[in-house]
Amino acid sequence: MNIRHINEQVIYDAVYEAIKHITYHPDPAVEPLLRDALDNECDELRQDVLCSLINNIELSPDSSTPLCQDTGTLVVFAKIGNRCVIDGKPLETIINYALRMASSDLYLRASIVRDPLFNRTNTSDNSPSIVHTRIVEGSKIILKIAQKGGGAENMSNLRMMLPTCNRQDIIDFILETVVEAGAKACPPLVLGIGIGGNYEQCALLAKEALLSPIGTRSSNSDYAQLEQDILMQVNNTGVGAQGMGGNLTALDVHILHAPCHIASLPVAVNIQCHAHRHIELEI
Amino acid sequence: MIIHRIQLPLNDSDYYKLSIGDKVLLSGTVYTARDAAHKKLIALVEEGSLLPIDLSNNAIFYCGPSPTPSGKVCGAIGPTTSSRMDIYTIPLLELGLKVMIGKGERSIEVYRAIQEDKAVYLSCLGGVSALLSQSIVSCETFLWPELGAEAIHRLIVKDLPAYVAIV
Ligand code: SF4
Repeated sequence: MNIRHINEQVIYDAVYEAIKHITYHPDPAVEPLLRDALDNECDELRQDVLCSLINNIELSPDSSTPLCQDTGTLVVFAKIGNRCVIDGKPLETIINYALRMASSDLYLRASIVRDPLFNRTNTSDNSPSIVHTRIVEGSKIILKIAQKGGGAENMSNLRMMLPTCNRQDIIDFILETVVEAGAKACPPLVLGIGIGGNYEQCALLAKEALLSPIGTRSSNSDYAQLEQDILMQVNNTGVGAQGMGGNLTALDVHILHAPCHIASLPVAVNIQCHAHRHIELEI
Repeated sequence: MIIHRIQLPLNDSDYYKLSIGDKVLLSGTVYTARDAAHKKLIALVEEGSLLPIDLSNNAIFYCGPSPTPSGKVCGAIGPTTSSRMDIYTIPLLELGLKVMIGKGERSIEVYRAIQEDKAVYLSCLGGVSALLSQSIVSCETFLWPELGAEAIHRLIVKDLPAYVAIV
């Protein structure tokens, strides 16, 4: 078996550049979707809101000002090929080095506290990141990286639903979550939905679902249809961009699903805001 | 959509012009305060101490700015979720707080208290830091620097855009 050696510097550089990029650029589909919505919007206030969101996307890279002051928690889904070896520090350590350096160089806000309850002092450098690692077949490292802000994350929800619940019950739970989130989660949203697995797997599925590029559909036709139905119903809630009404409450919905216990039907809704900052790297 | 240019502190005649859904362009001084600063302020109120900041007639922006890069006047600026400050808001209104700027809905109790005290809650767009930062003239840490982004900062703003949400 051929083993591929990857130097830690290569990973560090790629992660550093990725953080720099997403600080100033949302998912590339966000801006065109906002422009479409603006073309179809008649209300002056909502037009003003959509124009502001579009202007911000243009201004951010030009002015080197982050899209949002909350550059969030750095979340990484790593798939590591079973035929590659990292020469140097462990992956998580390398990612945290890159995060610290990027936070300092780019003047990112320090948003992470040391302890949730007993010592809410700031780590001052946005570390630690949250890294989920899976070993897969192959000799590459694939990293899906996101900056996840606190406002949208706070409005996320997980419910252990009854195994007898149907499709519409799940949609209703999602609609309830979106309406409760209102303007607090900075809509238009992207929804990552996990269905199945168990308690913790379901939340992970929801998070990873968020990292699918906007516009892509589930490879399973039933779930692809469900994604579209949820998107349509969410956009009929009337929450609208920044809670100002209208029919752009969400930009997209992504579902990941997994087998589950006969007694269970876990559903998790991970909410992301319009500052949808994520990228996929292949090393 | 009606647009008002408002000079802070908000005076009575401007206050009576505002209606829900109007846009305002704010100029003057605003103080940032998020969860940690609110918690400290309320602890002082509860122990009967004098506050190190005069809130009477002043404006609070629920915001934790990012550090100021060298050569710029401020870092990234934007609102955080206002409802987290709901539990602290009524005592601050009693001290004369007049304008709150943040994002998202408020509790019904806070909604009523804002109206009764003739204060105003302005909704500011979330996630548009590059845009909002253009309206900042200066940004300095005013109180509790040890709180980092959660410290109280004193911002001078010029035409900072927001929308009237509660009046
Ligand atoms: S929810 Fe998103 S856009 Fe809104 S403040 Fe948080 S990170 Fe920024």
